[in-house]
Amino acid sequence: MSYLEYNVKTIPTGWRKIFYVNWALVLLLVAVACVGFLMLYSVAGGNLGRWAEPQMERFVLGFVAMFTVAMVPIWFWRNMATLLYGISILLLLYVEFFGTVGMGAQRWIDLGFMRLQPSEVTKITLVMILAAYYDWLDVKKVSRPLWVAIPLLVILLPTALVLQQPDLGTAILLVAGGGIVMFVAGVSWWYFGAVIAAGAGIVAAVFSSRGTSWQLLKDYQFRRIDTFLDPAQDPLGAGYHITQSKIALGSGGFTGRGFMQGTQSRLNFLPEKHTDFIFTTLAEEFGFIGAISLLALYGLILLFCVLSALQNTDRFGSLLTLGIAATFFLFFAVNMAMVMGLMPVVGVPLPLVSYGGSAMLVLMVAFGLVQSAHIHRPRSR
Amino acid sequence: MKRSPKDTEESVRRISRRGLFLGGSMLAFMGVLGTRMRQLQIEEADEFRLLAEENRINMRLIAPPRGVIYDRHGVPIAENAQNYRIIIVREDAGDVDDVVERLRSLVHLDEVDLERNLRELSRRSPFVPVTLADRLSWEDFTKVAVNAPALPGITPDVGLSRHYPMGGDFAHVVGYVGPVSDYDLERTPDPDPLLQIPKFQIGKVGVETRLEEELRGKAGTRRIEINAAGRVMRELGRDEGVPGADIQLTVDHALQNFLQTRMDGESAAAVVMDVRTGDLLALGSAPAFDPNKFVRGISGPDYRELMENIYRPLANKTVQGAYPPGSTFKMITALAGLEAGVIGPNETVYCPGFLSLGGRRFHCWRRGGHGQVDLDKSLVQSCDVYYYEVARRCGIDKIAEVANRFGLGIRHDLPMSAVTEGLIPSTEWKRNVRGETWRPGDSLNASIGQGYVLTSPLQLAVMTARLATGRDVVPRLIKSVNGVDVPVEEAPLLDVNQTHLQMVQRAMYRVSNAQGGTAGRSRIVADGMELAGKTGTSQVRNITAAERARGVIGNDDLPWERRDHALFVCYAPHDAPRYAVSVVVEHGGGGSTAAAPVARDIMLFALYGGLPPIDAYPADQRERMRTYLEALPLRERQQPGPARSRA
Repeated sequence: MSYLEYNVKTIPTGWRKIFYVNWALVLLLVAVACVGFLMLYSVAGGNLGRWAEPQMERFVLGFVAMFTVAMVPIWFWRNMATLLYGISILLLLYVEFFGTVGMGAQRWIDLGFMRLQPSEVTKITLVMILAAYYDWLDVKKVSRPLWVAIPLLVILLPTALVLQQPDLGTAILLVAGGGIVMFVAGVSWWYFGAVIAAGAGIVAAVFSSRGTSWQLLKDYQFRRIDTFLDPAQDPLGAGYHITQSKIALGSGGFTGRGFMQGTQSRLNFLPEKHTDFIFTTLAEEFGFIGAISLLALYGLILLFCVLSALQNTDRFGSLLTLGIAATFFLFFAVNMAMVMGLMPVVGVPLPLVSYGGSAMLVLMVAFGLVQSAHIHRPRSR
Repeated sequence: MKRSPKDTEESVRRISRRGLFLGGSMLAFMGVLGTRMRQLQIEEADEFRLLAEENRINMRLIAPPRGVIYDRHGVPIAENAQNYRIIIVREDAGDVDDVVERLRSLVHLDEVDLERNLRELSRRSPFVPVTLADRLSWEDFTKVAVNAPALPGITPDVGLSRHYPMGGDFAHVVGYVGPVSDYDLERTPDPDPLLQIPKFQIGKVGVETRLEEELRGKAGTRRIEINAAGRVMRELGRDEGVPGADIQLTVDHALQNFLQTRMDGESAAAVVMDVRTGDLLALGSAPAFDPNKFVRGISGPDYRELMENIYRPLANKTVQGAYPPGSTFKMITALAGLEAGVIGPNETVYCPGFLSLGGRRFHCWRRGGHGQVDLDKSLVQSCDVYYYEVARRCGIDKIAEVANRFGLGIRHDLPMSAVTEGLIPSTEWKRNVRGETWRPGDSLNASIGQGYVLTSPLQLAVMTARLATGRDVVPRLIKSVNGVDVPVEEAPLLDVNQTHLQMVQRAMYRVSNAQGGTAGRSRIVADGMELAGKTGTSQVRNITAAERARGVIGNDDLPWERRDHALFVCYAPHDAPRYAVSVVVEHGGGGSTAAAPVARDIMLFALYGGLPPIDAYPADQRERMRTYLEALPLRERQQPGPARSRA
């Protein structure tokens, strides 16, 4: 649907757009970000300048970016989708060859005031190009093999580059996020069923091959899987972080130890306590109530996004909104599951709470896109 | 492109359906997350709070005790001795320098060790315990223990350290352990967490390294609570792990001690094997070294001394040493000739002192020749020409085939380091490895165990055992693991003509016991204990034309490293064999003078299970042997006992 088909007259223009912003969503984002500031302040041992302040600055920057993006009509973003996707692929290629080596992986481009992770940017541009693709594609063709193959390639190209870095967490998020957009766009159930069945088949084959002559993995690779399934087997290695993380969480109890009163998460048992493992601090200091409240805030953000998507009759807008919601969901679901020992340790931050510039900025821009879709949605009146 | 409104409506409806499904799925997963939070923070909260309450939980590995190595009678050869040491945890110590200074005023610390340990400490994570000093005396240890409150981060600790009570006797067989090195870690793809323990000892050489996996055991874990000061408050759980397996070897510590003592001062090797079971009763390699020095970490000068010694104390000559077998190889050539049918059992060969082949003269050791020689005489007097003739007729490949059957040129699978395959040449070997064609002269050299032929003392003992029994005896070193005996079956008969074998055995008996036999001086006179053997003297130099012109040079006039190797192989009792012995004395001169007496003494000690009664020796040697044996500095001295039953 080209922008000419929009009933432009019913769409707010100029400063009036401000009244059509989804303000509930904005408030929820600010609330979650404030939780993040509090936690970063606490983790730094009451030091504002260490992590909390830079995080605030970035949030303000992200906030401005969100409104800027939101004011731009959604059709402009749709037309930019392919270009932005292309740019993010180029950036991924750039870090592949020139990126700063940090934490053992090449992930950053140093912009001076912040470090940009192209893999973060790609999470959004991938959703954008897929939404634009399904907006353009004839609905009847959606499940035909050729038209399924194209988005698959679009997903796998950045995934391969990210795996090269290597960043398994982001690669999983890209595949899952892209897959969800394809699902929502209406690609037949059969494809998803086939992929899940094939995956289960491979896992079953690998496990049943253990100890036989055609063993598919090396013994030590099996031992790593064992360690994940039962961390107690390797108490000083990978299992150590999970054990410590669970102790920190569990010791918070129902009401928590109180703000700045946490002991476990502050004692350097955990690596990256201000980034990937920040949820343990929250859960220890604010207990079950605090943890479930954050989960509820996240849930409400998802709810508003889904509602906005359902109201929206523009395919691009609603697919984009659902795709961004799904990506956001994957962030916090994977992070929380990991911290609570439901998933292996993969590096995924807690969205809007973990310390980190790229993720914060990219998420705010993404919610800007959601707002833009919301403001510029076709209205029947 | 314009889409029909119906199309759009249908698509919007589909997106809504799928969107709702997606929302539902996300909600369901959030339900799972919420349930998990509830489980951790409400249901199990008390348990976790207990763990966290004012304490920190810590996991420590428990090193399992390493398996003990015993000799065949259950006497320990490698055991775990208590080691008093001081351990420091950096994050608990605060100011490390200050703590070390205070410690130094209390007990004497070795400066070199200390510096190395402090470097180690700065490299590790702050919470990793590092050994600061070990092998403390009990007094020093108690001093530290009493003053522990004034020494934050310091823990006196009793660890286990490998100790070899037999000193150098089993240095080559059992080897030694040492701290894990970076090189060891690189070699293993997925290292056992135990290896990360600083100064964890693993096998470096010999049985200790070849059976490392069995001896090491599995790590246990200790979950402990530590309070804010770093003191262990209590233990929450303990998994003891699996101690290393105890291994009993087939060796006899007294016999091994006798071997090492008897060969002291020489560069020599000797192997004693039970011909029926293949049990290796002793594997002596002289000179030896003290493995305990390596456990502690050997000092530079000590190590240099071992490395620079021309007698090569670090080498296990019994299995690593490859020597030309010389005349001890002649039994193989004889059997090959008989089997190939190129020479009859009673056929004679005329020995004029040399054999001419292709314009070259191959000399017999006896310049004047032996005259008419049959099989028996050829072995008893060790005539070379007879074997030149046999080799000329049957060729090297037949000889090589028989040699392999008797265990030469084959790597015997034993848990020791660098067990050599030796070398039994063949036409194919020379073509493939050397890229040359085999010449008939090569066969002649090989027929008397010279030229390319190389064998280890172990292989010679196996050969002798197989000659003695006619069975395919396989050497073994492990008697039992964790008290479970490794089964031995009677070895199957070798594929050789028993009549031929008996002829060779009779000749070997006469080598030691007949008038004019090369080893007559080293016979055993005790009834029913007589030896059957074969001497060997192998050249390590080529005799140049100039030397030949000057005439034979006595061995004693040559520098040590150019003298001949002396060899002797034997089994006894000759009519009901129990033990096979092989002896190689590097650059010792003649086999009959340098090797045979050593072999006889070893054989007697094995047969009697201790020092033999003096009348086992020929009458004219008894006085000399009595004084000699009495002067031997054996570790334990038993009264000469009765002969072991011959069952």
